[in-house]
Amino acid sequence: MSSKPKPLPQPPPESTAALLRELVAHLRENRIQLREEWVRRITESKLLTAMTREEIFAEATSVYDNYVEVLETGSVEALQTYARNLSERIIPRGVETHEVVGIVLLLRDVLARSLFRKYQGDFELLNRVLDAYEPAANRIANTVAVSFVEERERTIRLQQEAIRELSTPVLQVRERMLILPIIGVLDSQRARQLTEQLLRGIRANRAKVVVIDITGVPSVDSTAANHLVQTVEASRLMGARVIVTGLSSEVAQTLVTIGVELGKINAVGDLQSGMEEAERLLGYRVILEESAA
Amino acid sequence: MRVPILKQGEYLIASIQSALTDQELSQLKDDLLDHAGRTRARGVVVDVTVLDVMDSFAARTLRSLAHMLDLLGAATVVVGIQPEVAFAMVQLGLTLEGVSTALDLEEGLAFLQAKAA
Repeated sequence: MSSKPKPLPQPPPESTAALLRELVAHLRENRIQLREEWVRRITESKLLTAMTREEIFAEATSVYDNYVEVLETGSVEALQTYARNLSERIIPRGVETHEVVGIVLLLRDVLARSLFRKYQGDFELLNRVLDAYEPAANRIANTVAVSFVEERERTIRLQQEAIRELSTPVLQVRERMLILPIIGVLDSQRARQLTEQLLRGIRANRAKVVVIDITGVPSVDSTAANHLVQTVEASRLMGARVIVTGLSSEVAQTLVTIGVELGKINAVGDLQSGMEEAERLLGYRVILEESAA
Repeated sequence: MRVPILKQGEYLIASIQSALTDQELSQLKDDLLDHAGRTRARGVVVDVTVLDVMDSFAARTLRSLAHMLDLLGAATVVVGIQPEVAFAMVQLGLTLEGVSTALDLEEGLAFLQAKAA
């Protein structure tokens, strides 16, 4: 970009395509300056704080070149692929959506400013250039944002699947006694799967007492509590008694506050007491031998 | 088809052999009450292992049957509810409250014996 703006006498471009060509030529010419300006504004706005300055510069260069290419060819495919790769790289580092959208909008503004400066002597031409530039720029911003969000959602989906596949084991610890440690969020689908597994376990192991440990459940809302009640009742229908253990004081408070009917649930403080209670119900007595200690 | 009712010591065993219509269920209830009164049974086992569905009528009938038998001095235990059936039942809110349950016939008889002891 020329430091002292001088309106270049140019033949009025015939079409949007011609204007864009001119635009692209301008952006290529001033690549280094514009890119530096952009990186400066990214740093100023405190975006991409998770990345080093060198990284930002490297990515900015790629984004800039892709940006210009999209303006030139009108095809966003290459940019889409790049944006997806970029997202894949930066999502694990904690880059947020607003940062990605923010930097693309910044680039749009930086480039628009340079156009203002270049064409400031010819308002008519500036108008036409902006007419050509804005839709393309908005489309680019859109593409990058959508790619980023899609990539994020894909990551989230994969993680959800991974969590779901972490099957909850139903373990037999004594004859006719099962333990079901639940770890993670108890949503409807998981609760259903869990209940089915437990019921099958009850039949297979001929269990009479089941200890469900929810120490690893971070929060219990009314939905999760109702699932728990259903699991307990279904187990009872199969002739097994259920002891729920590991309700933290917060969980207990929540449950009472939201008024979940837990009267049918036999709750015990921790897993150890739960197992002891289960042993008592089954008639086991555990004896500590003096000599072993 | 009538559900056969077998006498085993002090206990009666009603072993359902196939899916029952509402009418057959009511018939079973009448038969069981009749038998329990005549034989002075201490306990009744209703085996529903073969049922792959339990609707609200069946659940209500079993519940009222258990309460009626209780009045006649006989404990009732429903045995053999399958995992899928149990899950479907709680989803429908049919929890057979106040009715004892056990895994299978053997468990049911053990439960009645433990109760009598």
